[in-house]
Amino acid sequence: MEAQSNSLVQINDLYKRFSISGDFLDQLQFKGGKLVRHQEHVHAINGVSLEVMPGEALCVVGESGCGKSTVARTVMGLLTPTAGQVSYRGERIDNLSDKQMLPYRKKMQMIFQNPYASLNPRMTIMETLREPIRFHNPALTASEIRDKIHEVMFSVGVDPSWGERYSHEFSGGQRQRISIARALAVDPEFIVADEPISALDVSIQAQVLNLMMEAQEQRNLTYLFITHDLAVVEHFGTRVAVMYLGTVCELAPTKQLFSSPRHPYTQALMSAIPRLEDNRPDYIKLTGEVPTPVNLPSGCVFHGRCPHANERCKQEIPMLTLLSDGTRVACHGVEENRL
Amino acid sequence: MTDSIQTMEPQLSTWQRFLKSHFWHSFKIDRVAQLSFMIFLIYAFLAVFASFIAPFDPYDASQIDIMNSEIPPSWEEGGDELFLLGTDAQGRDMLSTILHGTRVSLTIGLCAVALQALLGIVIGLTAGYIGGRVDSFLMRVADIQLSFSTLMVAIIVLAVFQATFGTELYQQLAMIMLILVIGIAEWPQYARTIRASVLAEKKKEYVDAARVMGFGRLRIMFRHILPNTLSPILVISTVQIANAIISEASLSFLGLGMPVSQPSLGSLISSGFEYIFSGAWWITVIPGVVLIVLVLVMNLLGDWMRDVLNPKLYKG
Amino acid sequence: MPLLEVSNLEVCFGLRSGAVKALRDVSFTLERGERLGVVGESGAGKSVLGFSILNLLSRPGHISAGSVRFEGKDLATLAPEELRSIRGNRISMIFQDPMMTLNPVLTIGVQMVECLKAHRKISTKDATYIALQKLKQVQMPSPETRLEQYPHELSGGMRQRIVIAIGLLLDPDIIIADEPTTALDVTIQAEIMDLMLNLCEQNNVALILITHDLGVVSQVSQRMLVMYAGRIIEQGPTKEIINDAQHPYTQGLMNALPQMAIPGQKLNQIKGTMPPLQRIPKGCSFNPRCEYVLEVCKHNLPAFTQSGNCQVACHLVAELNQEKLLVKEV
Repeated sequence: MEAQSNSLVQINDLYKRFSISGDFLDQLQFKGGKLVRHQEHVHAINGVSLEVMPGEALCVVGESGCGKSTVARTVMGLLTPTAGQVSYRGERIDNLSDKQMLPYRKKMQMIFQNPYASLNPRMTIMETLREPIRFHNPALTASEIRDKIHEVMFSVGVDPSWGERYSHEFSGGQRQRISIARALAVDPEFIVADEPISALDVSIQAQVLNLMMEAQEQRNLTYLFITHDLAVVEHFGTRVAVMYLGTVCELAPTKQLFSSPRHPYTQALMSAIPRLEDNRPDYIKLTGEVPTPVNLPSGCVFHGRCPHANERCKQEIPMLTLLSDGTRVACHGVEENRL
Repeated sequence: MTDSIQTMEPQLSTWQRFLKSHFWHSFKIDRVAQLSFMIFLIYAFLAVFASFIAPFDPYDASQIDIMNSEIPPSWEEGGDELFLLGTDAQGRDMLSTILHGTRVSLTIGLCAVALQALLGIVIGLTAGYIGGRVDSFLMRVADIQLSFSTLMVAIIVLAVFQATFGTELYQQLAMIMLILVIGIAEWPQYARTIRASVLAEKKKEYVDAARVMGFGRLRIMFRHILPNTLSPILVISTVQIANAIISEASLSFLGLGMPVSQPSLGSLISSGFEYIFSGAWWITVIPGVVLIVLVLVMNLLGDWMRDVLNPKLYKG
Repeated sequence: MPLLEVSNLEVCFGLRSGAVKALRDVSFTLERGERLGVVGESGAGKSVLGFSILNLLSRPGHISAGSVRFEGKDLATLAPEELRSIRGNRISMIFQDPMMTLNPVLTIGVQMVECLKAHRKISTKDATYIALQKLKQVQMPSPETRLEQYPHELSGGMRQRIVIAIGLLLDPDIIIADEPTTALDVTIQAEIMDLMLNLCEQNNVALILITHDLGVVSQVSQRMLVMYAGRIIEQGPTKEIINDAQHPYTQGLMNALPQMAIPGQKLNQIKGTMPPLQRIPKGCSFNPRCEYVLEVCKHNLPAFTQSGNCQVACHLVAELNQEKLLVKEV
């Protein structure tokens, strides 16, 4: 990997499996008269490597079940990886204890998808914001904490006089602002946003996206932005990683990805976005079912739905390779210049 | 940037918020709940002020005259106006004895449930939040505990205690022993309920948000998750108080509960039992009715609360 | 006579904080074979509209005024038995969550056959044949085996196909689809929308597509309604509205889409949020959020103004039209 020293967050060959066969007793099965231990796993991420550069917004796009949220949660330490590493400014952080992790908690924050579940319903807004500030800055006085709370509330456009209210008194968009305020309260450098706008209405989505961009400018933030919505990515992202079934299939600067998508899946995904156009779309029809991450297909994970798949795609796993235009693609077809 | 304030309801104080809540509203329209709560308040009042209200002190031997034994209630033939509900076999005023007995029963019920809740909440939270082996271990312990019935455990423990340390000491410590035994025997009910709601709460993103903030386990468990499991705790508590009172009464009836000198409702019922066929029905029946009404009221309140606080039933 | 004529429909929800009107004065028509899009944000009343057409509202909601005429019969006042013969048979409904239609403990085949036999007197064999035909119509791979499967054995996209097949089972005149693809991935959404479009065209079925996604509506529907806080604020041919929206809310909604902004620049947001139904402002319900608000907007409810082929409920549009007319006369 080049430019290792420059990256803010580095994800190196990450794997995450979840067991879905219950505890030890549930795994025992009779097969042909023998007692066998049978385990099944969901292969949520399979060898993902990504680098987040300081100041950029790296977007991870994919459909449900592609492992994009798992990547976000593993980076934040909410999940421990099965294999691979996560580093922050060159320091490995995925194997740290809760205590060792504490200094990084101030620098890395997260915004969640569901604004109705991400705020504690039994806490007022003031309590929600005060707790992290006090926890990470024990030296601050009560009035300094209050100033800090007012500052973050103001910066996300929530009236500080609403502090004594509970989260259920706010609309979805306002709640999302408050969770952004909570993340900003500890002055982080890096924010992981896991589908922060997909639960919101169109007019509110624009408000929240603008707010996030404003915060990025003012506070010099770096984002890892997880979404399923390519239209948002085009607007928000510096670079885009497209994921399919736990692997990155294309990684490119946003402009380049949208002007010349290389991977057949990216092409299909982009053609399927419903746009405000008068004529009916000529989208690329994908055939076949999306495979489950329990039994991963051999070779390229996309081969079952790919219109250009050949024998090699069914057997050999394609690697992310750098093309001359700076795009990285994991596709045999592109590598062989078939596409 | 700021949203116009007109989209918000005016700020409410905690009390106003309570008055507008679903909880208060459904209480206002539910006659059964209102009546039950009223009766419970009356019981609580009588129990707290028993020593002021009661015309006699049943614990004071000097006020008891054996000549007054088995006087029927004042409205019956042969009744004495001095003893409104009659007297028992030892000549104690039934009204005073019942008032004090209610106090004893309620105290044991509340304290035993408080102990159950303490054990159950700590164990349930730990099992639910930490999960894995800890969870399996604690829940197996709970299963084993549940497979002994409360009464069985209580009978064995209390009988052994009586046999070992003698009746004298036992009578002094009866109330504490009952609270401990009933409290310890029924914690699994709490632990299971709380574990289930912790498992549901744990999946919510506010818990992840707290973890991302770097908060410690204890802080997340007690400050973030516990307040969100209060509804089931409240529901189960009312039912458990009723259960604890019944358990105490059953034990006392079997002679393992409160001594006759310090009667609870259960020991009163039991002490009058041998006189029921000699016509002195009131010694058993009146405390029995008092006990049944108390337990019924607690169960009705518990049912109502379950309906109100169970979001699955009212949010669709 | 139009196939469906909704006039002055009003829906009330009796809550303990008082009655709340979820729909006010909603009127539109639907012709045979026409595809109508209903667009709005959450809380605009678009789902309530879908439910009230079939009189499916459950307490505390009810139709408090207006009528829903299907071939001349008012569904709002029809007897329950007659309503049942229309529901599912002449007008069918597709929900966002396929599991609202599918019973998890019955096989797909049993559910489809049962549905057919409830409305028609046919043998199980014939019903199975029809079910198979419909599954083929929705391009279900290996339809024979699907009949034996349970809903949980299928993926989300497949389930939604089954629901569409059930919706088409009795050759209805109208399909009401309430956010049919919102829970699906974009690639699957494109397939399902394409399928619905083709099926409606082939079978001459009218479609009412309820969605929050302007992109989907623009591709599927011929005419569209835009709803805000329980009212229709703009209606007309989809092309015209998409290309030249008149109402400031519709404009704002479209301009807020990321594709309408220059990448990296701020999006054009509409300030504020939609008011809750209990506190809809006086006058035009959009007035506190509107950039072009006039004094009259704060007091009077705007009536519909004809603008091109569209009808717009906006004082400003009305005034601009007036000016245009004056200019012409001069």
